[in-house]
Amino acid sequence: MEPAEILSNPGGAIGVGWLMIVLPLLGAAVLLLGGRRTDKWGHYFGVLMALASFVVAALVFFQLLGFAPGERRRGVSLYEFIPGVADMGLLIDPLSVSFALLITGVGSLIHIYSIGYMSHDHDRRRFFAYLNLFVAAMLLLVLADNYVALFVGWEGVGLASYLLIGFWQFKPTAATAAKKAFVVNRVGDFGLLVAIFIMFTSFGSVAFGEVFAKAGAESQGTITAIGLLLLLGACGKSAQLPLQSWLLDAMEGPTPVSALIHAATMVTAGVYLVVRSGAAFFPGEGTASLVVTIVGVATLLAGAIIGTAKDDIKKALAGSTMSQIGYMMLAAGLGPVGYAFAIAHLISHGFFKANLFLGAGSVMHAMNDQVDMRKYGGLRKYLPITFITFFIGYLAIIGFPLLSGYFTKDGIIETTMEHNAILGWLAVVGAGITGFYMSRLVFMTFFGKARWDEGVKPHESPAVMTWPLILLAIGSVVLGAFLIVGNRLMIFLGPAVGRPEELPEFHAVSPVGLATLALVALGAAYAWLKYGRQEVPAVAPRGSVLTTFARRDLYGDALNEALFMRPGQWLTRLAVWFDNRGIDGLVNGLAAGIGGTSGRLRRIQTGYVRSYALSIFVGAAILAGAWFVVGTL
Amino acid sequence: MTTHYLILSALLFAIGGIGVLIRRNAIVVFMCVELMLNACNLAFVTFARQHGNIEGQVIAFFVMIVAAAEVVVGLAIIVTIFRTRRSASVDDASLLKY
Amino acid sequence: MGETVTFWVLAVASVAAALGLVFSRKAVYSALMLGVVMLSLAVLYAVQDAPFLAAVQIIVYTGAVMMLFLFVLMLVGVDSSDSLVETLRGQRFWAFLAGLGFAVLLALGFGNVVFAAPTGLAAVNQAGNVPSLAEAIFTRYVFAFEVTSALLITAALGAMVLAHRERAEAKATQKDLSRARFVAFGETGANPASLPGPGTYARHNAIDMPALLPDGSISQLSVNRHLARHTEELLEERSGELDASETPVAEITEGENSK
Repeated sequence: MEPAEILSNPGGAIGVGWLMIVLPLLGAAVLLLGGRRTDKWGHYFGVLMALASFVVAALVFFQLLGFAPGERRRGVSLYEFIPGVADMGLLIDPLSVSFALLITGVGSLIHIYSIGYMSHDHDRRRFFAYLNLFVAAMLLLVLADNYVALFVGWEGVGLASYLLIGFWQFKPTAATAAKKAFVVNRVGDFGLLVAIFIMFTSFGSVAFGEVFAKAGAESQGTITAIGLLLLLGACGKSAQLPLQSWLLDAMEGPTPVSALIHAATMVTAGVYLVVRSGAAFFPGEGTASLVVTIVGVATLLAGAIIGTAKDDIKKALAGSTMSQIGYMMLAAGLGPVGYAFAIAHLISHGFFKANLFLGAGSVMHAMNDQVDMRKYGGLRKYLPITFITFFIGYLAIIGFPLLSGYFTKDGIIETTMEHNAILGWLAVVGAGITGFYMSRLVFMTFFGKARWDEGVKPHESPAVMTWPLILLAIGSVVLGAFLIVGNRLMIFLGPAVGRPEELPEFHAVSPVGLATLALVALGAAYAWLKYGRQEVPAVAPRGSVLTTFARRDLYGDALNEALFMRPGQWLTRLAVWFDNRGIDGLVNGLAAGIGGTSGRLRRIQTGYVRSYALSIFVGAAILAGAWFVVGTL
Repeated sequence: MTTHYLILSALLFAIGGIGVLIRRNAIVVFMCVELMLNACNLAFVTFARQHGNIEGQVIAFFVMIVAAAEVVVGLAIIVTIFRTRRSASVDDASLLKY
Repeated sequence: MGETVTFWVLAVASVAAALGLVFSRKAVYSALMLGVVMLSLAVLYAVQDAPFLAAVQIIVYTGAVMMLFLFVLMLVGVDSSDSLVETLRGQRFWAFLAGLGFAVLLALGFGNVVFAAPTGLAAVNQAGNVPSLAEAIFTRYVFAFEVTSALLITAALGAMVLAHRERAEAKATQKDLSRARFVAFGETGANPASLPGPGTYARHNAIDMPALLPDGSISQLSVNRHLARHTEELLEERSGELDASETPVAEITEGENSK
């Protein structure tokens, strides 16, 4: 089924849909411009703006439900910039509304959580300002109706990410990590920009409607090129191979940042881009889609392997995020049959990953900001609420039956298996590894003997931090079933991105599903044996070659350094040398030459009348000679 | 015949020029300048005769007058310089150097 | 024919004199050589139907301008002779080269021109050379004439201004000079009297004749040292007139007291 036509603005909540973007933006502006004066109520104001944006999103959602399915794509024109070429407007349709609800919903919960988490921080107000800025930019990204406005939102979230990762500016590691994230993202942005340029030259417009309408008439080569460039942009933003190196370093930021940006929303922008552009550029067949699936599978395996070797709880969760987004990319590359599964996994992942990150933040809060899991142990007695919500999130992510992950991840694996068996089995292996490292994380943290440092007294977090955990845990439980059973999400998203005519049947029990469960159980059992039953060593053991491979992030950083950083530095040095010797040499040499020449030339002025007379006489002789030769003067 | 006079004039002019460049005594330099002026006069008179035009002689006449005036002022300057500097060498007035 | 001979003789003479002017060491010799050149040129003017100019050349140029040169030479230092060493590097070489080149160029240029027979000034000089000159000067070139007169007046004034010396202090009177002489006598024993005058003899009373001291020897103070160069020869010549057998008394020289 093809996507529906985009209809006009019907007024009502959709008509003021731009409030979703403007309210958090206003929050950011007030808090940043107000400065220290707003410190006392800044955090409440930030939360208020996020909640207000959620309310508008909910109203828009309900208004959209009031229309017939074929009429659910609405364009809201805001500002005519260059008529016919660049107009600013919003596209309110099932896909963008789903994202908007996720962003504002999870975002508001994280805002509330941050009141407690950042209560001791001197710059809490600035934190909320940046969070609001992020929400505004992300909403612009998903609500835009043309690629240029999407790009503005894209850059905006990149900026917010940079500001938030480097929030504690006094930490050199944080500043470096922020820079790294920004630079690696830039590579992806370059891809997206070139794709937009090609779109503009080929189609004459960058609005979604126009581009998708004219894409059919364009040559396959151009379409593939645009698709691959869009994929490059998505890889940068979503930390997929080869642009994945920034995500683990981004854990330097405060934990709410990791939860909101690097788990639930920003890193999913890449998946949004692929799904939104799917109708024209990633239709399931063809080179671009194939590359998307390969990138997805490679990343899900890489992320899982990295996650097994990390002792830092946040870095392990970051590896997990990388891996889960790999699943989403894999699904998105399968074409219309996979879009809905990708988005379903995205939404439920948003909930349970945010849950896990906020839980980790709660643990860190209790353990004096310690992140090394080797210093945890036996915390389930002291942090009951955190433990229960974290455990629910853990079950969801490994795909325990009936929780969210079971429905969404299995959906992806089964769909992949029908498409391409090799990729399917690799995804199953990835699920097994997921089972292992997530179990390892839970057992090291909450079970076993206490391996704490001196003077650490773990205590449960305050209500303002535990209530969001509870709400997110509830979401982790029910969302998967809600979205997948009965193909609810696929039918809902049909008008937006298209869907196969025949809806897939959901098999409660299938061979592939059973195999997956078996591997997951194996992984969890192995983790229990190693980390639940045995003593966890205080210092990380040397391990094998594979362990080192995983600990060094699969040598991703080393590769980047060798391939790009070193040559880049040589190039810079060469340019500096050339500038100093070549260009400066030229300019200085010119000056020196003139100075030297004038120094020599001035000796003509000897002061003696007779030498001057000589020059006059010689000149006259030459003139006479010239006269003689020329004949007439 | 005319050519001979002209070549003589050129010769005297060149010798006067060399003298200006070689001699250091200011008065002798001045005398060489006078020699050059005389050579020019000879050329003028020769051409006056060649073309049958009296104006060549008129010009020579004026040259003589101007040369006389020039000698008056020039020698006065030399005398003044000599009084202050006690030297009549042309090379001594070399302050306008680099 | 006559003109040709005149020309060649005078040409050689003037070129030789010009070379002498440039290369002689003594400035007075150079002045005299210049005089020779000017006289030769005067004759050449006369040969070329310019009698007035010839006369003006002799009277004004040689007579007035050259004498002016000689006067200034006398003031400035008649015995100042140029050393032959050239101080500026390469000056001589380039000067000769330039001069020679210049002369060659001009000679070649003139040599290439083909002149018709000279028209001569016979037609123009019908009323006489001077009247035709006068007619040209006072009608067609009267403006230049007036300007040149102004120039002459300005030159005369300029020379007066330049050569004038302001007295910084009052002119010393005869009394002051006498007083100064006696003060010097008191301090250093210098002779306060004036210098002796030249000798006056029956057949020679020029100022280059020395006076005789009481003992018959020559007073060196009585004659200018430049002119005194000839004193020895003159004395020998005229030894008959003077009694030189007596032993000469010691000369009273300047600065010595007679004891």
